[in-house]
Amino acid sequence: MSAATLSPARPLSRRSFLRDTRIVLLRELAPVARDPFSVLFGLVQPLVFLGLFGPLLAGSAGEALGGDVWLWFVPAVLAMTTLFGTSVTGSNLQLDLTSGVHERMLVTPLSRPAQLVGRALKEMVPIVAQSLVVLLVMLPFGLRPDPLGALLTLAQLAVLGVGIGSLSYALALAVRKQEWMFWMVQQTVLFPVMLLSGMLLPLETGPAWMRAASAVNPLRYVVDSGRAAFAGDLASTAVAWGWLAALATAALGLAVGVRSMLRSTD
Amino acid sequence: MIRTDALTKDFVVSRTRTVHAVRGISLDVAPGELVAVLGPNGAGKTTTLRMLTTLTRPTSGSATVAGYDVVTHPDRVRAAIGYVGQGGAGGASQVVRDELRTQGEIYGLDRRTARRRADELLEALDLTEQADRKVDSLSGGQRRRLDVAVGLVHEPSLLFLDEPSTGLDPHNRANLWEHVLRMRTAAADPMTIVLTTHYLDEADTFAERVIVVDHGQVIADDTADALKADLAGDLVTLRVAAGDAAALAALAERAPGTRSVRVGAPEADGGRPVEIRTADGPGATPGLLRAADAAGLAVTRVDVARPTLDDVFLGLTGRSLRETGVQGGDEPPGEPTTDLSGTTTKEVLA
Repeated sequence: MSAATLSPARPLSRRSFLRDTRIVLLRELAPVARDPFSVLFGLVQPLVFLGLFGPLLAGSAGEALGGDVWLWFVPAVLAMTTLFGTSVTGSNLQLDLTSGVHERMLVTPLSRPAQLVGRALKEMVPIVAQSLVVLLVMLPFGLRPDPLGALLTLAQLAVLGVGIGSLSYALALAVRKQEWMFWMVQQTVLFPVMLLSGMLLPLETGPAWMRAASAVNPLRYVVDSGRAAFAGDLASTAVAWGWLAALATAALGLAVGVRSMLRSTD
Repeated sequence: MIRTDALTKDFVVSRTRTVHAVRGISLDVAPGELVAVLGPNGAGKTTTLRMLTTLTRPTSGSATVAGYDVVTHPDRVRAAIGYVGQGGAGGASQVVRDELRTQGEIYGLDRRTARRRADELLEALDLTEQADRKVDSLSGGQRRRLDVAVGLVHEPSLLFLDEPSTGLDPHNRANLWEHVLRMRTAAADPMTIVLTTHYLDEADTFAERVIVVDHGQVIADDTADALKADLAGDLVTLRVAAGDAAALAALAERAPGTRSVRVGAPEADGGRPVEIRTADGPGATPGLLRAADAAGLAVTRVDVARPTLDDVFLGLTGRSLRETGVQGGDEPPGEPTTDLSGTTTKEVLA
């Protein structure tokens, strides 16, 4: 090893946000790409719900749901997978905050917003992969969704996941001095959001205050949209509301996340 | 390369409590210098480094690093400096080579150049065998070398090392330093290095300049040798029977070159050490012995120690660096002080 082997590094004169985002995205994806089966790990919970809750649902509420229980329940399980998977992703950032990885990135000229956006975009990959596995598993059990509807639902969930993932990162940054707070807040928010989305049981049978509370829950619109889309009702207002809710969540999440990232020094 | 003017940093802990982590540090580091910032935990070393590396905004004062102001042009500073923090730079689930490549791309290298640069650094830092392994499978020493490699990807002209060898065994510390020093001279213009450490021997052995920081202020700044000669002096320890200690101490105070005298605690065998700080230990000892002999004091043991940086710190603050873990507190020193202002003092411990 001598001085001669060192090549001169050539820093870019101007930075591009897209290039920075791509760098962060690819770095975050590398462990997933190397070990694709890690994605399956996030499927235990949804499969348990499909296997142990689905049949109960079919037995007790099958009539009320109007026929095909799977077309009603599987989109909800996909939304659940998205919610659970992306809401915990802030813990990855916590690891990087505890080690020196985040600090290392902050000392580089890497754009700070790109550090958040790249991480958030990465969330799309496990969501789509996990959803595809769930769909494949359910085909032999008689699930027959509208193909285009299913595809659009996956896209919508991916957008939603970017938003929830960003919020999870923002949470990790906000509570970085009391790490345990992350899980407390995440768990506290997670279950009300899940139950108030009508994921497991129809909200129509619940009291009026629950229906009112669910009206401000974006996940509810995404779940309703998925059900309509799986049934082939692509032009319905439910689908339009689903997109609006997913995009709004993504926009809000990214805004909050980028703000937290910009402030994450000090 | 670095110029700071009255840099301060306050942390507001609560409405009634503000910690003044850094209280007005003014520094000037020339290109090519290898500077160690030495001080106990909580002295403000790391906070100073974090301000210089744009990780923390100064409360007041200014700092110019690599030609740019850290507050107004943080991006320019970031592009110019390398930083090895206290924590690990490599993501646990990332592959060693990928981390270096990513770092290269972050600094604007195209993919091919980044890959080549990664391979060069892997070789230079003795990590080629670990190149395809995940970071969490590396040993402590290997991980630290990876951290240094990450900090060097873009060939910075200025490298910051925050406690680089904390947690490493002596063998790995020596190995890390060997690599750092070689990388330093590998560049066309020798890299400027600023490190923080609380390892005295590290500052002593490797740094060409030592800045001693305590309670957020610079209390000394010179080469290790000059600091030791000016601030500490040699330590001559003469052991006599406990009853003779006070007489010997009085005698030693009158000896030429003596800066301070301290009588240590009596020992089990009835002896008691008298510690004499003097400008030139080997030169002063024969005279001390002759004087003791003439006064009828039987010296049973002689020890002459060259000063360490710990002696310097002790002399400056009255506290030993080895024992201080001061967290920004202002506790009075718990140790007997030696006065180095030129006058001699005597302290007899009961």
